Amino acid sequence: MGRYIARRLGQGGFVLWAAFTISFFLLYVLPSDAASIKAAGADGDLSDPELVARLRAEQGLDRPVLVQYAHGLWGALHLDFGRSFSSGAPATKLLAEALPPTLQLTALALGLALAGGAALALASTYPRARWLRHTLTSLPALGISLPTFWVGLLLLQWFSFELRLFPAMGNEGFESLVLPAFTLAIPASAAFAQVLSRSLRQTLAEPYVETARAKGAGRARVHFGHALRNASIPALTVLGVTVGGLLAGAVVTETVFSRAGVGRLTVTAVNQQDVPVVQAIVVFSAVVFVVVTLLVDLLYPVLDPRITTRQPSAAA
Amino acid sequence: MTARLDTYTVPETLPPDVSAPDGPDAPAGPDAPHAHAALAGPAPLEAAHRRTRGVRSSARTLGRSGLAVLRRPGLLLAVLFLLLVVAWALAPGVFAAQDPITGVPTDRLQAPSAEHLFGTDHLGRDVYARVVHGSWLSLSATVIAVALGLSVGSLLGLLAGFLRGWVDDVVGRVVDVLLAVPSLLLSLAIITVLGFGTVKVAIAVGITTIAAFARVMRAEALRTSSTTYVEAARASGVRWYTVLRRHILPNSAGPVVALTALELGSSVLAISALSFLGYGAAPPTPEWGALVSGGRDYLASAWWLTTLPGLVIVAVVLSANRISRSLEKDGEDR
Repeated sequence: MGRYIARRLGQGGFVLWAAFTISFFLLYVLPSDAASIKAAGADGDLSDPELVARLRAEQGLDRPVLVQYAHGLWGALHLDFGRSFSSGAPATKLLAEALPPTLQLTALALGLALAGGAALALASTYPRARWLRHTLTSLPALGISLPTFWVGLLLLQWFSFELRLFPAMGNEGFESLVLPAFTLAIPASAAFAQVLSRSLRQTLAEPYVETARAKGAGRARVHFGHALRNASIPALTVLGVTVGGLLAGAVVTETVFSRAGVGRLTVTAVNQQDVPVVQAIVVFSAVVFVVVTLLVDLLYPVLDPRITTRQPSAAA
Repeated sequence: MTARLDTYTVPETLPPDVSAPDGPDAPAGPDAPHAHAALAGPAPLEAAHRRTRGVRSSARTLGRSGLAVLRRPGLLLAVLFLLLVVAWALAPGVFAAQDPITGVPTDRLQAPSAEHLFGTDHLGRDVYARVVHGSWLSLSATVIAVALGLSVGSLLGLLAGFLRGWVDDVVGRVVDVLLAVPSLLLSLAIITVLGFGTVKVAIAVGITTIAAFARVMRAEALRTSSTTYVEAARASGVRWYTVLRRHILPNSAGPVVALTALELGSSVLAISALSFLGYGAAPPTPEWGALVSGGRDYLASAWWLTTLPGLVIVAVVLSANRISRSLEKDGEDR
């Protein structure tokens, strides 16, 4: 167990290191001059070589690339991604300040997505009527084809402007959270339902399910007592991607609903080509993915005792 | 040897779940008892022959899927709709007479009617004309994105699956990292560097699709390069690039083609989202995502400005997904 966790932590650490490295070279080295980016964002006067040189020195960009990289990596290990080009505040601080509203939003959306997705998956495998199963099975394909921004605007139109049930914008209270969370949850729940219902159908065809039926277990007991637990494992595997997708979806959702949060911070940072903030957000999203994936991996043996963490082949 | 050969010939005549344990990517048994495939499928010997003749088999498959389209109305609808949208992109003037850039101020914010199918916006421009004229930018961005992902991703996957060893390890790690960062955030990071514009958005989205193509292509290359006919070809002294071109590429194309259709759909979504956020073409030029975004200020009064262009995006994505699904299914049937 300990060795397994150590190995997984090592892999996660590698992914984080690679995410940092790729984003560093993408954002700082690839553009001819990160300082020129800042200069363009600040006042657009690139023709003044003195200004560019001063900015380069200010940001430490006149040093060799590898020195910059080592410095950046050392900083990142201490949660320091440099100072925002536009506001001058530390990028990590900006991210930390923007995090709480986005956490609330994604947590609620994740809950809705898991509940809705599981309900849809069960509903699309449980009924006896074939046409009903078919109809429900085709719903997730529709859900993942809907643009998040469009769904958000439609919900705004109906529930905020027509029915006036929820506020159209802002971060005030729980009501302002409902519509964005639903918007965010729709594609996530569709993807979750797709994986879970496929997995459920496979599990229901397994010999042990047949045995359970032969021993006289009722339809509900077979479905919920025998099949669901095993079928949930492949669905949990996609949880890392799901949570990452929610974080990315927050960019669009927070824009549509004019909410403060990491998504808005991202949009502002991209608009101002605020490289340190963008890098902090990219690395943060990789951290979230790695942590969720690791937690899910540790959950497998709890769900299915046949999976032991001692045998990497079985756990993989 | 004969036992190995059996695994490639028998499935044509047996229900899929009997052959399932053999193939690494065998179809999910229970809900796919394609009886018609077993009846219509060619004789075992012919099937074995067909697998070694990639080019001829793909021509035959095309013919067969042409027939399949007629038997499935949903698929037919999807294909026809996508053809219509491509026609919009190629000859917008034929489908929409109104000017997409300069409107008629007296006709502002009119609801959909026979004259203005999708209504008019706050400058009196015909929204349908803007959608039709915007399809060129939106579709070409999609094609650029998928072409980039397909070429780079497949090349990486092919190298990884065919050469294995350290190449495989390196490609695997790159894919891991690409998957660890949500694609929209990765696109945004790339846009931060490249700047705004339709082509730049397309490149940013294309890079995020590399991982999926590399994964599928690698799996297919691994699968085909361990088949009997590839072993036979190599044993009889065929050069590696000929093996790659004549045996591995044609036989691993199926799932990659299905993925391409799927990625076309999801790239339309990603590109329109980035265009919605304002990273695409500059304002007066119509682009699907930007059109939806343009209606934001009139949500309460002019529903058609956001709803109708959005519906077109949904229909395109649904059609691409529908085609991808049937390509995948055809692949499983074979």
